[in-house]
Amino acid sequence: MQLDLLVERFQKKDASAFETLYGMYSKNICGVINTIVKNEGRSQEICQDVFVKIWNNSSSYNASKGRFFTWILNIARNAAIDEIRSRSYKNEKKNLSADYFVSVLESREEESNATVDTKGLKKLVQSLKKKCVQIIELLYFRGYTQKEAAEELAIPVGTVKTRNRSCISKLRENMEVK
Amino acid sequence: MNVQEYIASGILELYVAGVLTEKENLEVAAYAQEYPEIMVEILAIENAILELTRKSSSVNPYSFDTLKPKLDNLESDTKVIPMKKETSNWSSYLGWAASILLAIGLFWVYTQNENLKSEIQLVEQQNQQLEQQIADSDASLEKTQDLLNTLRDKDISVIPLGGQEVSPTSYAKAYWNKQEEKVFIDAQGLPEPPDGFVYQVWSLKLSPLTPTSMGLLEDFAMDDNKVFALNNPNDSEAFGITLEPAGGSESPTLDQLYALGVVSTS
Repeated sequence: MQLDLLVERFQKKDASAFETLYGMYSKNICGVINTIVKNEGRSQEICQDVFVKIWNNSSSYNASKGRFFTWILNIARNAAIDEIRSRSYKNEKKNLSADYFVSVLESREEESNATVDTKGLKKLVQSLKKKCVQIIELLYFRGYTQKEAAEELAIPVGTVKTRNRSCISKLRENMEVK
Repeated sequence: MNVQEYIASGILELYVAGVLTEKENLEVAAYAQEYPEIMVEILAIENAILELTRKSSSVNPYSFDTLKPKLDNLESDTKVIPMKKETSNWSSYLGWAASILLAIGLFWVYTQNENLKSEIQLVEQQNQQLEQQIADSDASLEKTQDLLNTLRDKDISVIPLGGQEVSPTSYAKAYWNKQEEKVFIDAQGLPEPPDGFVYQVWSLKLSPLTPTSMGLLEDFAMDDNKVFALNNPNDSEAFGITLEPAGGSESPTLDQLYALGVVSTS
């Protein structure tokens, strides 16, 4: 309910409502962008541009067509994909299968940087099978369609839906574990 | 619809991922409105994705304060906006031009209106004057007809008064209605009295000569037809008109006798 109200105020160009939404989602959005762009500095800039774009296009969001977060997530992924296309990342496809969002776990452990909640993330993904990490990355972090994900993972389209369901359920179980 | 089956199908996870078609999105949103369990499930899925994306994020977003000025100065940053700026300028010029035109137009209409109002006032005044003139003419005509009728009355005797030594060319006429005891003096033939003087009319008995004042010809100069009505209860044998100091005299100043006429005994 409160979110609906915030979004409504944001659509009426209420900057403080937008600030609240920014506080709620900016970290997520910037992270998703970096999963694709793989350059933290650049991701920060793109992330900012994305929120500017969101502000400018607030009127084009329609609550009956999807969640607000889904809407901005989509804008962010498109911006990130534009970025890597413009820079013609040659090896992108090749490396994709290896570069999961969980990769930050390893790199961050080495640098012992506190930016990533490594403990929390570990708890979330520890028991997720690799195929779950893959499908979640493709659908949520990279904006693959069902068909594209099916092709990437070499599984039937129908399986994408059910596998994703069970993977998200597992994720939710992990969240509940204290 | 079986809500549990619908939830278990995995469509809600795809809804949150944003990979459904527009039609499917509308369908899910409608079901979410209808069935609270579906809404709860959507929120739980979204929550899980939020948790995962947040915890896996290694990027610290800029502070909102860094973002804010960009929101205000967007115009200069993107390609689209300069055009927008131009259009907004163009339309604002147009707006200003339109409002100035409107103001001028309003002022013009206002002055036109004021002019017309004063013209109407003028015409109304003229109208009143004309009406007054008509009324005056009517009244004058009525008076003249009254006079004419009076003078034509069969009971009237007409006594011509001839000019005397002081003013030989002067003349007057008296119309005497004995029954109504009224005399009308037509003083057309008398000169205008000098300032401070007035004509006085006398009824005269001849033997012995006894003058009785009948009254003054007041406002001589102002009277249009120079016909004056006076009462005359006397058994007059003659009428005389003398020039007297303003206010009249007790007895006539005979060397200022302007006109005199004897009543014919018929």
